[in-house]
Amino acid sequence: MPFSHAGKAVFYMKNHGSDSLIQVEDLSKAFSRGSDTLQVLQQISLSAGPGELIAIIGPSGCGKSTFFNILAGLLSSDSGSISLNGKKVPHLRGRMAYMQQKDLLLPWRNTLDNAILGMEIQGEHKRLAREQARDLLITFGLEGFGDRYPQELSGGMRQRVALMRTILCKKDILLLDEPFGALDAITRSIMQKWLLKVWGQFEPSILLVTHDVDEALLLADRIYVMTSRPASIKGSLQVELERPRKITKPDMVNCKEYLLELLEDELAVPEP
Amino acid sequence: MKTRFVNTALPVALLGILGLSWEASVHFFKIPSYILPGPWKIVRVMWQRMDLLAAHAVVTLTEIGLGFWLALVVGLTLAVLIHSSRIIERSFLPLIISSQTIPVFAIAPLLILWFGYGIGSKVVMTAIIVFFPIVINTVEGLKAADPDTLALLKILEASPGQVFFKVRVPQSLPFVFSGIKIGVAVSVIGAVIGEWVGAREGLGYLMIHANAQLQVELVFASIFWLSILGMGLYGLVVVLERLLVPWRHGESNK
Repeated sequence: MPFSHAGKAVFYMKNHGSDSLIQVEDLSKAFSRGSDTLQVLQQISLSAGPGELIAIIGPSGCGKSTFFNILAGLLSSDSGSISLNGKKVPHLRGRMAYMQQKDLLLPWRNTLDNAILGMEIQGEHKRLAREQARDLLITFGLEGFGDRYPQELSGGMRQRVALMRTILCKKDILLLDEPFGALDAITRSIMQKWLLKVWGQFEPSILLVTHDVDEALLLADRIYVMTSRPASIKGSLQVELERPRKITKPDMVNCKEYLLELLEDELAVPEP
Repeated sequence: MKTRFVNTALPVALLGILGLSWEASVHFFKIPSYILPGPWKIVRVMWQRMDLLAAHAVVTLTEIGLGFWLALVVGLTLAVLIHSSRIIERSFLPLIISSQTIPVFAIAPLLILWFGYGIGSKVVMTAIIVFFPIVINTVEGLKAADPDTLALLKILEASPGQVFFKVRVPQSLPFVFSGIKIGVAVSVIGAVIGEWVGAREGLGYLMIHANAQLQVELVFASIFWLSILGMGLYGLVVVLERLLVPWRHGESNK
């Protein structure tokens, strides 16, 4: 057991109590194609408190995106429930903003106009929205790039525009689905720092899906480990280490070892 | 900048060489000018008969312009309808596509019969030719929206109208312009065919008229004018595209 540092890193097997903002209970989902049924999610339960940064890690293709699509209301679940502030809701749409690995910037809109897409759709006045976005350009390291088109920006910058659009939706819940998965290692590590900065400034609750154990450890308050398909929660880990964290610190190494152990079965090469 | 210069200089140089060898062959082989006049003679006629040519060119240009607008309005409307309804798509699209197997030449006399000797029949003829590439490309463009982007809009709780105007319309613009460019290139054909079959004015009429009188220089002068009109219109569309689809220009510049 690598957990001699109890108190700094404890692991949770149970959900939080009543102070949770989002509570997911026993969420299951199967897809059927013809006579075949493919169980994708099996009784997923997790919770997130207000302002918490929650990471969900698991092998690629385990159904993390399906889970997010259910939370976003793009898919419906077969069974289980989602609660918001203790009240059951069909999905979190309207309360959450969503960001994916693909930046999904509109090529005909410049940085500012891409960033205000959410506000614009919510009916905010375009000029006022632009003013607010312009004030935030510095925060997102995009000063001087407000009138550039996405094609003229680097991958990291494009992702920051997407992050800015997500933040400017002004929702208290952010679902981030492998937001930095398509970036190179150096850009990704810079983006993780941006995310922490922005999180500190706007204090949303964040659900972050990633398959990068280091990323989860560097960012999250609590980490849930998912099994491969059908996905269920195998365990969770409360990471109570001060930020900024360094992946090489002994505490972090311990946490990582624990997570990798949990993931080990999932990462095994299947027998032929 | 340098490549742009080369890109302009090369075709101009080739055109010059072709013109010179044309001029030289006409003199060398002593070709009579009622069979093939040299380019110099044609240019001289273009200058001398400027008023006549310009007056007829204005007529042809008007026909093209009106026909084009008609095609654009009908084409875009139909494309939006086809996009918005499966039933309309299934019933209209096959008919529109198979209508293209009818050569416009074949129905030209009918159009003259129905819409008269005047400008009307030429406008309709131009519209019929131009309409097809615009409809097909616009339908394609409206369908081209990225499903992930549409999902994003859904999560942002966008109304169908917002999805249409904020995503589908801008997404389809490059496609619409491809259709317009093809349309512009063939629009001259529609007007000229109409004028050949029956007209009292226009460059097509002037060609037939001059040909009958063995004024071959004037025939060529009309052809030059037509090609100048065609290129001018194409250039106009390219400029409009740069103004309305600036993001695409930026992309190709990279």
